[in-house]
Order: sequence, then structure tokens, then C-alpha cells
Amino acid sequence: MEERAPNQAIKPPTESKDILRWLKENLFNTWYNALFTCLAVGFLYVIFKGILTWVLTEANWNVIPANLQIFLVGAYPREEIWRVWVVIYTLGILTGLSAGIWGGLALRLALVIGGVGGGIGIILAFFPAPLSSRLGLLGGVVLLAASLFLGRGRKGMRLWVLGGWLLSFPWTMVWLHGFGGLPVVFTSNWGGLLLTLILAAVGIVVSFPLGVLLALGRRSTLPAIKWVSTAYIETVRGVPLVTILFMAQIMVPIFLPDFRIDKILRAMLGITLFSAAYMAENVRGGLQAIPKGQHEAAQALGLNYPLTMLLIILPQALRSVIPAIVGQFISLFKDTSLVAVIGLLDLLGIAKTVIANPDWLGLQAEVYLFAAVVYFVFSYSMSYISQKIEEALEVG
Amino acid sequence: MENNSPQSASDKIPFWRDIRVLRVLFQVSFLIGVILLAGILYTNMLRGLRGLGLTLNLDFLNDEAGFGIAEGIAYEPSDAYLRAFWVGVVNTLRVSVIGIVCATILGLVIGIARLSSNWLVRNIAAIYVECFRNIPLLLQILFWYTAVILQLPSVRESFTFFGGVFINQRGVYLPSPQPTSGVKIWIGCLAVGFIFALALYLVRLRKLRQMEQPGFAAKWALPAFLLVAILGWFLIPGKPFTLELPALKGFNFAGGIYFSPEFAALLIGLVIYTGAFIAEVVRSGIQSVAKGQWEAAKAIGLSEFQTLRLVILPQALRVIAPPLTSQYLNLTKNSSLAVAIGFPDLFNVGNTMMNQTGQSIPIFAMIMMSYLFISLTTSAYMNWYNRRINRIGR
Repeated sequence: MEERAPNQAIKPPTESKDILRWLKENLFNTWYNALFTCLAVGFLYVIFKGILTWVLTEANWNVIPANLQIFLVGAYPREEIWRVWVVIYTLGILTGLSAGIWGGLALRLALVIGGVGGGIGIILAFFPAPLSSRLGLLGGVVLLAASLFLGRGRKGMRLWVLGGWLLSFPWTMVWLHGFGGLPVVFTSNWGGLLLTLILAAVGIVVSFPLGVLLALGRRSTLPAIKWVSTAYIETVRGVPLVTILFMAQIMVPIFLPDFRIDKILRAMLGITLFSAAYMAENVRGGLQAIPKGQHEAAQALGLNYPLTMLLIILPQALRSVIPAIVGQFISLFKDTSLVAVIGLLDLLGIAKTVIANPDWLGLQAEVYLFAAVVYFVFSYSMSYISQKIEEALEVG
Repeated sequence: MENNSPQSASDKIPFWRDIRVLRVLFQVSFLIGVILLAGILYTNMLRGLRGLGLTLNLDFLNDEAGFGIAEGIAYEPSDAYLRAFWVGVVNTLRVSVIGIVCATILGLVIGIARLSSNWLVRNIAAIYVECFRNIPLLLQILFWYTAVILQLPSVRESFTFFGGVFINQRGVYLPSPQPTSGVKIWIGCLAVGFIFALALYLVRLRKLRQMEQPGFAAKWALPAFLLVAILGWFLIPGKPFTLELPALKGFNFAGGIYFSPEFAALLIGLVIYTGAFIAEVVRSGIQSVAKGQWEAAKAIGLSEFQTLRLVILPQALRVIAPPLTSQYLNLTKNSSLAVAIGFPDLFNVGNTMMNQTGQSIPIFAMIMMSYLFISLTTSAYMNWYNRRINRIGR
């Protein structure tokens, strides 16, 4: 036995980096795990061999670059596409500035967005994509980085940036539609990924005030308001989105015969009404988490109901439901694909038309896989962001 | 205290500052607003309907439907619209129930696999969940339908398994069991076996209680019942069931159980998508049980299976049940995506009825009421189940 001086501490056993030992501990620690490992390896071999041979040798990927523009913006006129770039740059600058000013979470968001943009740019380099769009993406990433450095430490710009975020949504809509000297691009020409993102953004932004009102209504002590809100929320949550979209398409012209509301606006209406019910339930979760003492304290200060809600309750409640709202945005982003059923040309709708194009017959798998990858990249990076937000809120 | 009251008749609260009056006034004006809005929409609707030459009634439901429905319960194009709608409702229920069962099994397996101590299994399960959760369901269903099932070989070159299962681009054909004359005797045999097994179960349950030991109470009863069932199957003269194999007749298969390509695509899409969500529900449910519970169960000498069955699952189920309910409801509602690939579910049939009759308002009301009914009964049942599992152990 080894002799040790009494003051000599025993070192903890070092973690072994031995690969064989890792294999034994993680893959072959029991007889059934060894069996599972063998089965899993066989499964992976079959799947990967099939997928890789198909992707590398059999699939015809020419269909993607040839239709890339309509996948991204639909029938938005070619000579007006610079307006879409302007929107991307504006959002990039705003993100960069916020990241520079606030740091922390905003910085991480900016890094994710910049990373995704740069990643797409790198992937595009392998495709015969038009030079303009590659340069455009590069420009976006550079602008984001530049405004990040510009915004560092400039706390005075906070209000300006917040105002910019508030205005960015209506400004984007008006700018893409066109005003003044800009030629008007009718919403019927909006399509592809652009339409998908706009529908999801409208669904969240417009449904937000509605959802807050409905949530307050459901928690109200006034029975009439409580019943109406509850009935609305439960009815909408009990039926599928497709029925609401169809209803908006068919019923709006019947109920509002004096207005000419085009298909996309009707879809937006349907999505907003649908999303408001879910938003209300999310907000209600936040409201329920506020201790009763907050209400009582506000009352003791002599605040009336609207002031209590605006100044005391909602700021706390909304902060705690941000992760839930991001989650709702992700599922809404996926759910907007349902507008393809009512004939709108969002990303999925465009995929369907490309497949139906006689020039590209028999390429369903390629086209759908491409659309799936685009949806996945967006939705996965958003859920990564929402995880980070959750962590940051728990710390803060 | 009364004489201390500062109030006198002169400075009574004016009614526009009296909270009790304000509450009533506010509600009344709110209701008037809602009713006015509904009234405007209603008059608009009447005007719009008059423009289309339609009147609002339900008489059309008894008219002849005149369109075919590819699958489901017995139905002829000469049947009434109401019957057609009912076929759609049954199809929705069929795909939802089968989908819920399959998605639960898949989700349970994947959810447990995500907690496996095997690195490879754990990561395969994680990749599966992340991939299928982040791609829209409609895209997945369209992919399975147009890129996989419709690309399968033609009827004459179908994939064949065990000589009785045929898979081709027209659908999936399975052998169907047909009862013969011997089936009644066999069912009687099963009943006897069941009573015998029940007795064994009760005996063992009592014994376990007396010994105050945990154990699997059906350990004797289950094999006994199976033994009786199998003995009966072979000893009774004439098999109780014969298998009716699908056979190629003309251009298609006939006989056996048949699933259309639309049904198969919808089911595959729903099960894989919902399975990924259920896996997450199961994983977080199991993880919510404190680690000490595992260790305590180990300390009193329970086996791994006993730990799961007696300690972990009863506690995890309480966490799992509410989100699982909403996944079931989501699956049922998502089955309405059938309209994209032409499976005749209740929404698709309703849509056809709307196109034929133009009676969109009553048909929409019927569709929404059906979904609401399904949603409310499912959540009522799950709430009851939730209360029951929560009461145990309190």
C-alpha cells in the first residue's frame, strides 16, 4: 500500500478519454444495449445508404436553382425585388443595433440570424445561384455586423431603436405594397417564403392585442364579458385551422358583401382570428401567475382597472409569456402552410405549382425535400432562439 | 360605528362613479355592441344569400347527394346528404382513433429511447423528434402521398409479404379473418378461460397482499388465459377463423382488408408528426419524476421493470396526461388536412356538399359542431382520467 502524507489530498480519478472505454460505457454497457447498438447501426446503414445514393446520384436538383426566385418571393415582380432586400437590410440593421446596445440575449439572437444568413450564403455558393442574391445576402450579414459595432455602448439610441422595431411591421407592409411613386405590387403577387413569413408575422402581431383583450375578458369578473370571451376562445380552439381558413374564404364575401377583400387578406383575417384564441390562452397563463397581492397593492394605491392592468399586471404577465408566444409563432409559421389548401402560393403552394409544371414532372421528392429543409432551418433556429430567451428570462 | 360614517344623503356617490352601476352599464353596452355587430353581419348575410338566390334551411340534407365517396361505411351516391356527412364523420373518427393508438405507441417508444443509456439510440430518437417536429404536417402528408405512396409499383408488380399482404400504388391490402361455424364454440371456450384466469388473478392478488410484497398480479392469470385460448383454437374441430386473402381479380385486388393510399398517407403523416410531439411529452413526464424515486425504489429492492410500473409511471402519468390530451385533440383536428389529398373525412365531404348545394353556412355549422363535439368529449374523458390518476395515492 502506498504511503501518503496526511496533508496530501487524493486527486479525483481523471476522466478517461479512451475511445474503447467510451464505447463500452455508452454503447455496450449491458447485453441489451449491445443488441440495440447493433440494430441501430444496421438501421442507420440502410437509411443513410438509401438517402445518400438518392441525393447524390438519382435526384435531379436542377429544379431548385431554376425556380429559386419563385420559391422565395413568388410572383413578386423581378424589377421590384430590391424592395424585399431593403426590408431584409432594415431588419438586419435593427437587429444589429439592438445587439450592440443591449448585448446579452439580443446579441445571441443577432449571432443566430447572422449565422443562418451566412450559412445560406455558403450553401448557395454550391448552387448555380445568381450572383446578385449571394452578394445581397453577404451585404445583409455585413450590414448586421456593421450596425452591431455602431450600436455598441450607445444607450441613448434605445428609444429610437425600439420605435424602429414598432414601426418596422407596418412599414414593411406598406413598403412591399408600394405607395407614392413606387409601383404598387398587389398582395395577390406576394408569394413563396416571403408570403409564409408575412402571414406568420401578421398572425402574431395583429392577434397580439386581440389576444390580450380576450385573456383579460376571460379573467374578468363581469359575467357577460367572461362568457363571450370564453365561448370565442373555446370554439376557435376546438376546430381545425383549415375550417377557419375556408370559412374566411367563403363567408367573408357573404357577410361583408360591400367590401372587396382579396384572398390573401381573407387568409390573414382567418389566421389572425385563429391565432388570437391561442394568444389569449398564453397570455392568460401569464396573468394567472401574477400574485393577487399585485392587484391589491395597485388598488391600495388608488389605480383603477385599466391603469392597474397597463402599469402593474400586463408588464409582468407579458414578460413571463414571451417563450410561449415564440412557441406559438413557430407553430403558426408551420401552420401557414395550410393556406396552400385554399390556393394561396406560399412556400408550400409554390412547391405544389412547381411539381405540376410539365417541365419538372416527377420531381415531387426533390421539391418537397427542399421546402422541408427551408421550413426546418427557420423553425429549428427559432426554437433555438426561444430556448435562449427562456434561459435569459429565468436568469434575469 | 354607524354614527362615525362620513356619508350623508347629500354626498352620496353619483351613479357615474358607483362601481356597481358601472359594472352593469359596461356589460350592457358590451352586449349591445356584440348584438349590433351580429345583427349587421346577419342582415349582410341575408342580403348576400339573396344575391346568390339561396335561402337558409336544412331541407337539402334529405336530398340525394349524387357524389361518390371512395371509402368508409356503406354508402351509395343515391343516399341523402345527411348520410354522406355521416360517412365523413365515421372516416374522421376511424383515422383519428387508429392514429391516436399508433402515435401513442410510437411516441412512448421514442420518448423512452430519448432517455436510453445507449448513446446511439438516444441520439437517433432526438434527431427523429427534431426533424419531424419542425416540418409542417401538411408538407409531410403531401410528401408521403405524392412522393412515396403514389410512386409505389403498379398493381401487377405490388410488393408482397407472406403471400397475403400486398402494397402498391392503389393502397394496402391485408388478409381479413372471416369467422366460421366453429367461432361460437371458441368464444365459449374463451369465456371459460377468462373466468378461470380471473380466479387465478384474485388468488394471487390476495397472496401478494398477505405477503405485503409488490409483484405482477396477473403473472399466473395471463399465461393461463393464453393457454386456454390456444388449446381451444387447436382442439375445436374446424378453425374458428379463416383468413381471406386479397386476390388479384381483373385490374385490382378484391377481398381482405383494404386501406386506400389517401388513408395510408394521412395516417403515416399524422402518426409520425404527432409521435414526435408525444415523445417529448413522455420524456418530460418521466424526467419530472425526481431521481430520488429511482434510487429509493432500487434501495427497497425493486427490479427495473417494477420501478417503472409501480413508482415512476404512476407519477409520470399525472404530468403526461394533460399535454397528451392536447396532442390527441391536435391529431383529430389535423386529420382535416385530408382535404389536401382527397381522403373523404368529415371536412372534405362537407366541402364537397358546399360546392354542390351552396349551403355553406349550415354546412360550416355542422362541420364546426362535429369537431367541437369530438374535442369536448375527448377532453371530458381525459379530464375524468386525469382526476382518477390524481386521486390515487392521496
